[in-house]
Order: sequence, then structure tokens, then C-alpha cells
Amino acid sequence: MKISLSQIKSNNYITNIYLGTFLFSLSIFDVFLYSFLNINITSFLPGNLSLFFPLIIGFIGLSFLRMEYSGIKIIDNLNKHINTSNFNALLTLIIIFALLKALPPALSWMVLDANISGDTKQACTGTGACWTYIKVWFKRFMYGMYPNEMHWRINSAFILVIALGFAGYFFKENLKKYLALYYVVIYPIIAFLIIYYLISGGSFGLVWVETGAWGGLSLTFIVSFFCLIFCFPLGMILALGRRSNLPAVRYTSICYIEFWRGVPLITVLFMSSVMFPMFLPEDFFMDKLVRVIIAITLFEAAYCAEVIRGGLQALPRGQYDAAKSLGMGYWKMHIFVILPQALKLVIPGIANTFLALVKDTPLIFVVGLAEIAGMLALAKTNPKWLGFAMEGYIFAAIIFWIICYAMSKYSYNLEQKYKTER
Amino acid sequence: MSEPIIKINDVNKWFGDFQVLKNINLDVNAKQKIVVCGPSGSGKSTLIRCINRLEEHQEGKIIVDGNELNENTKNIEEIRAEVGMVFQQFNLFPHLSILDNCTLAPIWVKKMPKKKAEELALNQLEQVQIVDQAYKFPGQLSGGQQQRSAIARALCMEPKIMLFDEPTSALDPEMIKEVLDAMVNLAKGGMTMIVVTHEMGFAKEVADEVIFMDEGMIVEKNTTKEFFANPKSDRTKLFLSQIL
Repeated sequence: MKISLSQIKSNNYITNIYLGTFLFSLSIFDVFLYSFLNINITSFLPGNLSLFFPLIIGFIGLSFLRMEYSGIKIIDNLNKHINTSNFNALLTLIIIFALLKALPPALSWMVLDANISGDTKQACTGTGACWTYIKVWFKRFMYGMYPNEMHWRINSAFILVIALGFAGYFFKENLKKYLALYYVVIYPIIAFLIIYYLISGGSFGLVWVETGAWGGLSLTFIVSFFCLIFCFPLGMILALGRRSNLPAVRYTSICYIEFWRGVPLITVLFMSSVMFPMFLPEDFFMDKLVRVIIAITLFEAAYCAEVIRGGLQALPRGQYDAAKSLGMGYWKMHIFVILPQALKLVIPGIANTFLALVKDTPLIFVVGLAEIAGMLALAKTNPKWLGFAMEGYIFAAIIFWIICYAMSKYSYNLEQKYKTER
Repeated sequence: MSEPIIKINDVNKWFGDFQVLKNINLDVNAKQKIVVCGPSGSGKSTLIRCINRLEEHQEGKIIVDGNELNENTKNIEEIRAEVGMVFQQFNLFPHLSILDNCTLAPIWVKKMPKKKAEELALNQLEQVQIVDQAYKFPGQLSGGQQQRSAIARALCMEPKIMLFDEPTSALDPEMIKEVLDAMVNLAKGGMTMIVVTHEMGFAKEVADEVIFMDEGMIVEKNTTKEFFANPKSDRTKLFLSQIL
């Protein structure tokens, strides 16, 4: 059944605009008063009607406002985006009202009634959130158990790695052809050396800090960073391998991909830290963090491979034909013609995989490495700070959201940058 | 008479159970221009794709410039570099500018210095009259301009033989002429050409020989004049009566 109130509309659309705006504003005003100031201006109405009053009024108001063209920018935008039909108008109202209802309690818990001063649990006297907890534990959440006086080592290592990451932008024209080589081979090695010598220490007069003490957000970054830069080239090789004409290469790739996609990450992590060392010779030692990074890399590479394969399959056969007819061999054809196009196509898919990877890193908690979520789990069981799990998880959620949103924004920018008309 | 540059002897090819090429015999001499025509599905495209081994034939011999093409051919890339090909769908590389499309293979396959490759490319683009579009991307060009760029790209490898696989079939009627003009110029320059096309006007103008194919066989092979003036087989007559 289609409810149409358009018949009510008079020829004079100005009246409709005034009436519509008034009713729509009234409905929002009513909900606003009720939820922020606890005043119910419709209390004279019987119970249920009072509850639905703003919805009905707002709905009628929006249907008065709905018209082809009003000449008023705000109303035209409103009509175009949220007031296109009765159903959409109703959804719009429900969402606005739900936000208005949810905002005051959220606001009072997070800001108005919250505490941030002091540095013990006793300082939290309000009924809201206890941000003191986050403040006191902030360094732990960022750096884990890494000794306080040495945090500069982590900071400077990160700054160096990030700076080198941007170095590619400043390559001169004649160095541009080495860009891929730089990012795939040289950069990871340098980054590893920087992190090894600065954060691990052990030489150049720096005290050795074992990886068990690393933790918090910095560990999230380290694990994600290395897994991302290693799993991408590996995935690319696997994707090509799966499409190879050589049966040995193809079946190896298929087996690899299907194996790693078939096992849960948490099992892989357990295996890497518990089972794997048993197969190693006695005197051979590999750090737990390195094992974990390798495990996640191998795992995610399988997913990357399938995403990239999707891009390879999307390319028309003519591109292969053209490259071959110009005398290009397998590698030249892939490096100059196929991969640049395929990778451009799979940016959204790769970003998806990478976001999932970053959000999978808290799983390394099962092998005793505490990145930011892991540190939270430790902190919330501290006898002096019991009962603040909520604050901790909201804090972690905000941080993860910022990281992931930044990544997704960046991938979108990349998409735009490499867009050429087809 | 010197040795033919392309020799095709008793070539048979199957796609699964379907035989696309049946006992094909064809010799092409250097500088000869051959037009291949016939209804769709008659194996014309497959035949010329076999000449640079984009398709593999199962029986018979194909010898290009003294090199036999079979699964043992090691230098297939070198042979392909000498055989230029122009496709129905242009197949320009959409992520590269027209100039980069033209210089990519000379630089990386023939190891030509970048400067020289660009000079050569601009020269070739000049020949097909799109030098002013050199820095645009394929997506920004009309179909006719794209196809002319594709011809220039193939010529940048300085091939001995040019293969054209229905170069005008995907074009708007008014763009066909500009592409055909470029091909006529190329023919006048003395290039060895094998052209699969339905443009009989072009065939009359430049071809030395016309081949008519149907159901995977060469039905008629004749000089251009004879082919149009008095075709031998009834099948050819029927085809010509429909197309002309």
C-alpha cells in the first residue's frame, strides 16, 4: 500500500515548505527536549501516542517538504538524499531520533561524568568512564613492558622507518625504475635492521631488550608492518604460480594456497610457537616474534594470492596477446603489462585483506605476545585496576578504527591516483 | 625467386574436437601483400595467430623467416619481435601513454636506449598522423586513433612482417578510412603484410593475392584481379555477391 500525502499539497508550495519545516523541526525539537532535558511536551497525550508523536509529526512534515524543486538549497539536498520516498523519510527520522536518544547517555558517560585526574583507582569518583585508567596505563598500552627510559628507541626507530617509507617519493627520474626493487627488497631489509638494532639493541652500546618485553601498539605496528610488506610479494608470486603453465609450479601454488586458507590462524600461531621449535636442531634459535611474523605472513600470503589472481583473471586476453606479439617473454609481459593493471584492479581487495590482517594481530596473544589488545587483557586483570574493561576496550576500538580508517582512506587515494580512463 | 618468408605446409589445428584449420598450404614472399577473407568462424584469425604462435598448430609445418615454429622453438620471442601484429580490439596497454605503449617493447625487448626509442616512436606516430596524441592515454582517444597507435606500436619493433587481424571491424564507419589509409601507406612502403579483413576496397587497392577461406580450408587463392573478376569456386562467388 502506498501512502501518498501529496494530494494534500496545495498549489502554493510556499505554504508546504513552511508547514513541512515547522512539523519536521517540531518533531526533532520534541525528541531533543525529551532526551537532553527530560521534558516531555507531549505528556498530555495518552502513552503510546506520546511516544510516536514525533515520528508521526516528522513524517507528515517530510512529506509536505517532498517536491521536485524548491529553490532552497537545504531543502533540495534533504529531498535528494534522505527524503526520496515515504519509506526513506521514515528511516531518516528513526535514525535521527535514535542518535538523539543515544547521544546524551554516551556523552555523559564518556565526557561529562568521566574522570581523568589523579593516578589511582580511587580518583575515579564519578559515575562515568574512568579515563585515569587509560592515562596511567597509557605507556604500557603503547610500548608494552619495554623499559620506560628506553621508549625513545622505539619512537626513533618508527620515525626512521616511516621516513624511509616516504623516500620513494623523492626518487629522481633516473632512479624511478628501481622503485619496485626498493620497496620489495631493500626497504624491508633496512627496516628490519633498524628495528633489530634500535629496538632489540645488543650492540652500539644499547641494552638488549628481549622481544617478550615488546608490546602494546608498537608491537601491533611492528607485526602488521612486516607481515604486510612480506605477504604482498609472496602472494603475487603465488598468484602467478597458480596460473602458470608448468604443472609443478601450479600444483605447488594450489597446495600452498589451499593449505593455508584451510587452517585457522590461531592454530598456525600455536604451531609456530609450540610445535615448530621441536623440529629445529638443538642449537638453532629463532625468536618467537620472528616465528609469529613468519607464520602470519605465510598465512596472509595465501589470501593475498587469491585476491591478486582475481585481478589477473579480470584482464582481457588481448593484453596478453599484444604483449606476446611484441616479443615480450613471461616476466617482461607480467612486470610491464599484466601486473600493473591487475594490481590496480585489486587495490580494494588487497586493502580488505590488509585491514583484516591488522585486526588479526591481537591473536598473537595466544603465544604470549601482548600487543595493544593483549596489554588491555593484562591490565584489566591487575588487582589494583579491576573493573575498567569497558574503558580499555573503547580505547582499543578507537585506536584500531583510526588505523583501519587511515588505511582504507589511503587505499582509496591510491585507486584515484592510478585511475586512467579505459 | 628467393625463399618465401613464411611457409605454411599442411597445417591442421583442432580446438578440442573441432577442426579449425584443414590442410592449410600457403607461401608468402617478402614484400607480398595478402588479404585473407571469408565468413566468420572460417579460421582466418586462427591462421594468422598461428604465424606468430599465439595459437599452436598440431600438425604440419610453419616456417617464419627460416625458423620452424613448434614446441621446441626456443627463440619464439625473437621471432615474435620480427612479426608485428594489429588486433581487432586494438589491445593498447591502458595504463601507459601512447608514447610509452610504443617505446615499451623497443626498450625492454630490443634493449634500445630510451632516447632513441622515443625518437623512433614519435617518428612512427608521425607516419600515422597522431603524433600530437603521444602523451595521452589510450582511453582518451577515438577508436580510429587507438588503432593507428596500435599500428605505430607494432612498427616500432621494426618488424619484417605485419599481421592484421580484422583491424577495422571494431571501428565506426567514418574511422575505417583513416586506419585503412595508414595501412595503404605501409603497404606502399614495401612491408610484407597479411591482412584479415572484410574491406574489399582495400584488397583491390593493395593486395597481390587474395585468399578466401571457409570452414577451415583455403577455398580459393588467386591474384587480386582474377579473384574479383572471375572467381573459380561457387562458394567464393556467393560470398562476393553478398559482400560487394
